[in-house]
Amino acid sequence: MDDNHIVEIRELVKRYPVGGGHFTALRDVTTDVVVGEFTGLVGPSGSGKTTLLNIIGGLDAPSEGSVTVLDMPLGGKNHKELAHLRREGIGFIFQTFNLLPVYTVFENVEFPLLLMGMNGEDRRSAVNQALEWVDLMDKVKSRPAQLSGGECQRVAIARAIVKKPKLIIADEPTANLDAENSHNVMGLMVNLNRELSTSFMFATHDEKVMGYLTRIIHLIDGRIDEDEQVSKPKYREGK
Amino acid sequence: MVRFLIKGVLRDRSRSLLSFLIIGGCVTLTVFLRGFFVGFLDDMLRQSAVLLTGHVKVTTRAYAEEADLLPNDLAILEVDSLLTVLSAEYPDLFWSPRITFAGLLDIPDENGETRTQSPMMGIAVDLLSEDTRQPELWDLAPKITRGRLPREPDEVLLGEEFASRLEVEPGETATFIGATMHGGFTTYNFRVAGMVSLGVSGIGDYFILADLEGARQALDMEGTASEIFGFYKDMYYDDPAAVALTAGFNRIHKRADDAYSPFMQALRDQNQMGQIVDIAQIEMWVIILIFMTVVTIVLWNLGLMSGLRRYGEFGMRLAMGETQGHVFRTTLGESAVIGLGASVVGTAVGLLLTYLVQEVGIDYSSMMEGYDFPMTLVMRAKVTPDCWFIGFIPGVFATMLGTILAGRGIYKRQLSQLFKELELEA
Repeated sequence: MDDNHIVEIRELVKRYPVGGGHFTALRDVTTDVVVGEFTGLVGPSGSGKTTLLNIIGGLDAPSEGSVTVLDMPLGGKNHKELAHLRREGIGFIFQTFNLLPVYTVFENVEFPLLLMGMNGEDRRSAVNQALEWVDLMDKVKSRPAQLSGGECQRVAIARAIVKKPKLIIADEPTANLDAENSHNVMGLMVNLNRELSTSFMFATHDEKVMGYLTRIIHLIDGRIDEDEQVSKPKYREGK
Repeated sequence: MVRFLIKGVLRDRSRSLLSFLIIGGCVTLTVFLRGFFVGFLDDMLRQSAVLLTGHVKVTTRAYAEEADLLPNDLAILEVDSLLTVLSAEYPDLFWSPRITFAGLLDIPDENGETRTQSPMMGIAVDLLSEDTRQPELWDLAPKITRGRLPREPDEVLLGEEFASRLEVEPGETATFIGATMHGGFTTYNFRVAGMVSLGVSGIGDYFILADLEGARQALDMEGTASEIFGFYKDMYYDDPAAVALTAGFNRIHKRADDAYSPFMQALRDQNQMGQIVDIAQIEMWVIILIFMTVVTIVLWNLGLMSGLRRYGEFGMRLAMGETQGHVFRTTLGESAVIGLGASVVGTAVGLLLTYLVQEVGIDYSSMMEGYDFPMTLVMRAKVTPDCWFIGFIPGVFATMLGTILAGRGIYKRQLSQLFKELELEA
């Protein structure tokens, strides 16, 4: 695997059994993601965006072809090995935040570090740093129910980045946010992408999200229809 | 991680407090129901044993065949030597001779003429020996309604209803008119020491309780007794043991050619008590099993629902990199802790409730007016050894079974559906 590549996909096919036959969700997908890319998978419903994210995240297995993520070929890996990959190397951001309602903001962000077995002092320091990044230090003791949607998604971002993963996978991260919060959240992610060189992969329909992407992979019927490098993203300044 | 999970359990009241209350309540009910049924059955057997049957009873073979006629002419002779044998051979029991007799009770006026008179049925037990347990078995002291306990062999207690009907007061004379064991006519002046209300329906209307020695004098039965009652020392009737003991005794002592040879019967062999014991025990277990099944299903569902409700959380945790095994084990651990804690508290409350009903009882005498069946009028529960653990069966095992079933979903779920599921839950 190329040192600069964080994801390598070769001739990926994904089929799901349907009735007596099968449905092909991804066909012959070959692509790479390099370190620090801010990539979006776009396309209509059923085009294979989420399936591709699932496979990259170790949540689903390819039917054919190979996928290598963070130097780990995913083919033939068991649940424990895939869980280890997600725990150590990948952050997830969900459309619906999925914060644990009985825990505080601090504790929600702390959770991935507990899974990694990090000691208390390092954990506190990492959580505080993550919450500073998303500007939520004044909410550390709040519960998710006391936060706005935008704040919840910022907590979810802090939870995803607190372990400083090399790759963050985000499925429709702005779908439940209004325009202002969508821009705030995307702005945060752009900053993290720049400061930490964290690679992001989105699945999105949202034009606002697309306005921040540096690379857009168009999927149609499970195939890559177009792979577009965006030199001047609409909402992204600087780069 | 453990502290983190404990925080979650404590804060999520629908996961902890609600489950705790439901499990604890079900466990309390299970423990109490078991204690109540055992107490009710035990009370019934104890009453029957004290009043009528003993846990085992020794009579002559001939007396047993005609026991309904109270045939004291067929009484056991040389009671003391038989008592010595019984005490030596069966040290787990204590033995108490008794005379059951019937006749007329005459209350004379100041001139010695009959003021009132009634048929009567008398039971004479050892009330006065230093080592006698009869006053304790009959629980006499709290049941004296007027007067006092007998202090002399010729003093008797009358059933309260009987005394009221005869209009007799403590200290007055009551003359027994009847037959001796040899068939001769006898009159004997007893002194009424007091009145007793046994709390047993149907036994107060014609009843006197006399001391054994006084009855022996009245009936010319020196050194004899109608029956010898045997009681297990802990007063707990062990049916299989009593039946085995009875068979063993009869094999050695009962002789076909001697109508006066001793013959032993267990409680179940008398007054159709065997059927009552069998039916009561079967009913008790059927009711307890039905209840336990219902409680188990409730708690199983509680565990299942609690697990299903948290699928979103499990999905998120799996996505964060927690292994399925770890999610399952921690969920099972939470369930075990809640189930165990609730079972401990539920058992404690259940035991307390059972103990209270054991000590205080539930008086339903007002519902039994007009019934003559000799049965206790105060229901009592009993704290038995199995009350200490029976609640843990539904409390811990059923709850965990529900969690295990819910947990199967953690293993079965398609992780590829994770994003969709989590979106749907929002």
